[in-house]
Amino acid sequence: MWVAMAIAAKTEFGYDDLPSLLTRLTGDEKHDRSSLSTLDVLWVLYDRVLGEEDRFLLSKGHGPAAFYAVLAAKGIVPVDELDGFGSFDSLLGYHPDRVLAPGVELSSGSLGHGLGVATGAALTGRRVWCLVGDAELDEGSNWEAVQYAGRVGLSSLTTIVVDNDSSEHGWPDGIERRFMLEGWVALRVDGRDHEALEAALLPDPDATRPRCIVAEVERQ
Amino acid sequence: MRERFYDVVREALDEDDRVAVVTAQIGNDSIGEHPRHFDVGIREQLMIGVAAGLALEGYRPVAHSYTPFLVERPWEFLKLDLGHNDLGAVLVSTGASYDAARSGRTHQAPEDVAAVAMLPGWTIHVPGHPAELESLFRRSLPGDDRVYIRMSEEENHARVDGGGFTVLRHGSPGAPLVVAVGPTLTPVLQATVDRDVAVAYLATVRPFPHDALRDALAAGTDVVLVEPYLAGTSAAEVAVALREHPHRLLALGVPHAEFRHYGTGPEHRAAHGLDAAGISDSLRSFIP
Repeated sequence: MWVAMAIAAKTEFGYDDLPSLLTRLTGDEKHDRSSLSTLDVLWVLYDRVLGEEDRFLLSKGHGPAAFYAVLAAKGIVPVDELDGFGSFDSLLGYHPDRVLAPGVELSSGSLGHGLGVATGAALTGRRVWCLVGDAELDEGSNWEAVQYAGRVGLSSLTTIVVDNDSSEHGWPDGIERRFMLEGWVALRVDGRDHEALEAALLPDPDATRPRCIVAEVERQ
Repeated sequence: MRERFYDVVREALDEDDRVAVVTAQIGNDSIGEHPRHFDVGIREQLMIGVAAGLALEGYRPVAHSYTPFLVERPWEFLKLDLGHNDLGAVLVSTGASYDAARSGRTHQAPEDVAAVAMLPGWTIHVPGHPAELESLFRRSLPGDDRVYIRMSEEENHARVDGGGFTVLRHGSPGAPLVVAVGPTLTPVLQATVDRDVAVAYLATVRPFPHDALRDALAAGTDVVLVEPYLAGTSAAEVAVALREHPHRLLALGVPHAEFRHYGTGPEHRAAHGLDAAGISDSLRSFIP
């Protein structure tokens, strides 16, 4: 399992090294925070939350630079691999391929696929975290998984919705309410606040329902 | 055939801890409750996603539904959740091209084999008899590859053992070769009884048995391919098999046209020229 390898790797990199790793990916000295909406969630997951037996599925494969940077910082993606991002022989493409990229548990890029796969994995008792975007929730396939996981009380599943208010037609009355109606525990946290994220994302041993954590970040 | 599948899948659940079954309501009652049978309701995209997630955890998922809802509706999930992720599953459909003729076009799916065959890495079985279904299904369980098994109400009178490309009848040297796929064997045998042709049977259409077809044709030049789904689904495979071998091909199957009829399966079979009389007519016009 990749998470166990990340925990065992114990690199020298910390959160403050992520900007330089991102520069190797993108060539840019400055990073538009809106393109890095997932950065803090991913860091907190890999640095503080995920356990050796756990699985993380990135469903929102768009803009994976933050994901690759975190995997590099955690010793899974070789740092030298960052330089070739998107090139012909690179292991790291603009959408991740689990067969090519170390640490990637799900090939993604077409939106609305991760939650279904995460549901299947979680049905076996595996603890699974799945990250989607608020605009990704436009895809109806997500709601098939949300409905079913809620009905069967799939407590081993946590969905993280990184919400930068990018859904074309929005979610009137909130994303959390929709998950709650389907039987999930749902809450909204500041997607840049590491302590708040950690508190919300850590597993709840007493959970009887799936959890939805909406991580709110700046609007694009 | 369908009842045989339900019997065998229940046994597989009891015998093999790796096997997990995913349904989307259809077949749910027949398979019954089991800790590794997950009925996700009428949610076919989720059915395939859940199968992929189970495969990710080392299980051998079996997904089952009506043909158009197992293959066509969630087709991109076959492509990505299973194929692109390189995860395996055994997909078993019921309904074939026109078993539910009375239910109309929404439940008729002659395109299914072409749709799956378009994706890389799938093994496709078209059993013509319940015993073949059982054998092909059981043989699919130990692996971790991607398998599509297409069941149908149309069945041959007897099973053909062997599973691969089987020559059932030899013609004189250079005689035409008629290849019957799955449940087309019975009408093919009826249509060819008085003809000097070789007849071969095929239940596994992908990977296609290029070498066996070439060997069976030997010195002949004429090939008739009879498939119980979209006509020409395997025509390109025949072209690959015979690329160095001058030949003529007649590819019979369900025509590529929107077909707005209800009725019964036998009526559809006859309308598509796939009953013995229709095949006989086609042979007469193709073979000098």
